[in-house]
Amino acid sequence: MSISKISPELFQKLVGLAALELTDEESAYLLTEMNHQLSSVNALLQVPLDADIQPTLHGIQCQGAGPRADVWQPFPTPSEILAGAPETEAGMFAVPDVKGAK
Amino acid sequence: MSLNQLSALEVAAHVRSGELSAREVLEASLAQIHAVDGVPGSLDQKSLDPAEEQKVHAFIRLTEDLAHRQAEEVDRKISAGEDPGILAGVPVSIKDIFTLQGVETTAASRILYNFKPPYTATPVQKLIEAGALILGKVNLDEFTFGSSSESSAFKPAPNNPWETSHVPGGSSGGSTASVAAEEVALSLGTDTGGSIRQPAAFCGVVGLKPTYGRVSRYGLMAFSSSLDCPGPIARTVSDAALMLQAIAGTDPKDSTSSVVPTSNYLESLKEGVKGLRVGLSPDYTHLFYPDFETGELGIESIQKEISESVLHAASVLADLGAEIVENVPLPNAKYSIPTYFVVSRVEAASNLHRFDGVKYGYRTPVEVEDLQDLIRRTRAEGFGSEAKLRILMGMYLSSEGFAANYYQRALKVRAMIRRDFDRAFDPHGEYRLDVVLTPTTATTAFKRNDIFGNTVRMQYSDQMTVSANHAGLPAVSVPGGLDADNLPIGIQFIGPDFREDLILRAGYAYEQATLDEAWRAVRPAVLRQEVAK
Repeated sequence: MSISKISPELFQKLVGLAALELTDEESAYLLTEMNHQLSSVNALLQVPLDADIQPTLHGIQCQGAGPRADVWQPFPTPSEILAGAPETEAGMFAVPDVKGAK
Repeated sequence: MSLNQLSALEVAAHVRSGELSAREVLEASLAQIHAVDGVPGSLDQKSLDPAEEQKVHAFIRLTEDLAHRQAEEVDRKISAGEDPGILAGVPVSIKDIFTLQGVETTAASRILYNFKPPYTATPVQKLIEAGALILGKVNLDEFTFGSSSESSAFKPAPNNPWETSHVPGGSSGGSTASVAAEEVALSLGTDTGGSIRQPAAFCGVVGLKPTYGRVSRYGLMAFSSSLDCPGPIARTVSDAALMLQAIAGTDPKDSTSSVVPTSNYLESLKEGVKGLRVGLSPDYTHLFYPDFETGELGIESIQKEISESVLHAASVLADLGAEIVENVPLPNAKYSIPTYFVVSRVEAASNLHRFDGVKYGYRTPVEVEDLQDLIRRTRAEGFGSEAKLRILMGMYLSSEGFAANYYQRALKVRAMIRRDFDRAFDPHGEYRLDVVLTPTTATTAFKRNDIFGNTVRMQYSDQMTVSANHAGLPAVSVPGGLDADNLPIGIQFIGPDFREDLILRAGYAYEQATLDEAWRAVRPAVLRQEVAK
């Protein structure tokens, strides 16, 4: 059986979508590893699925506390949050211009 | 016996009774860390001298001042006749994936090297409220992505205290190493595919993955949100039960934390295993490893000494009155790693989009053209290879045109893995199991650099553990012997939803019945060296 592989072109497209930049060496390594992992993943295509099986997002039936009420609660010390930012301006996160914004 | 060899139960009892002060316990723990741990992991670590190569290197950051304040508070409560908590004076390390307000929380990644969270994770807060002393943050695979702790950006990565040329496992390798080396009595880890149990097996300690939702994930940096479970790491089963007692419970800050009431895990240990039905499965006796060209799954044997330890444990439990049920089918376990490759990577890619150099953490120092350029360069410089690989794989597997074949199908196979366990535990079914007994790993700890870089082989070291994550079930690894090289072997008990009491009972019964076995007298190499000095 032959199995599908991720092409270098598709790989480069994914790198762009993931907002990453890679060296040639990194690209070669990561593409090889992705295709090796895909060899494992392809085993799923051979699994005889039970006819009545439904996809599950959690192993157990969720018995959680559930979401909180959608009520705005101020964080007590927003200055602590801003203190961790690489750059701030007038109490806000500061970033370079967005491309084409000017 | 030194203070550091005491169990958490013993420490808490002595501190609560006033026989020991929390300050004395803290000083002993710090002395042990200074004796065996060596330089902490850092981003600019240079080559190590031979003496440092023999150290454990579990810690990224010590929180001595915090621990001193906590010890003072425990001792003050004792003097004032107040309840200091069930973990009074117990030294604890925290995997550096949990937030601790005002203390750097790195996830072992450059992209968070300077992140000081403005809040504390719920399980950490519960440990503090129970009187534990937080000694520091311990190393891990970057963002928990790995099974050896070698992918940490903070070098040196932790070593295995039993043999420092070997890995401690991962991703909670710093946690299990710090407990095995008697630097702390307990550690808080996380388990997404086996990241508590696999390193616990490699380091000869107890590691418990609770039922999904049993312990709050609030303040845990997410890897795979439907699989992540915080849990205890300890040297004895009763200490793991004690720690679970402290951290389990519902949390309004985590909507998936369960409202199912907790048990008295310590109390139930004493109930023994008489009449307990313990299952053995032929589907946990081999590895199913893919051929890279054909995708076919080939069969590999697991280490013989590990198989023998599992059978020995079954025999011990049978002697104690448990009923051993053989040939329990769990046929979809062999698809657990392929399923994990899909589910965990898709969720990881989603969770890692938030790291962009804007709100916190690392930002590229290079002059950039615009915001997009800033984000790309920050992520390129801030993430290590394994994180980039998981982002790319997750995006591929969930992309249009591929998601139906891979992601949707993986979610169905996950349901079939769960169904296997439902049949095994069904009280009206053919097997009616209370627990399943399996190996925790297929091999004992491997050497540093032996597997690192081969991401498929590394992932398959979780073959025996990951099914419990897919199914959401509780599972515990307990020490089950040593191999010919004196490397620890782990055996695993998997139980039904929220029945941590059952797997702890089985582990405790086995532990107590084997206390006199010769292998239990052997100490980790770093502790043998310590005595020799």
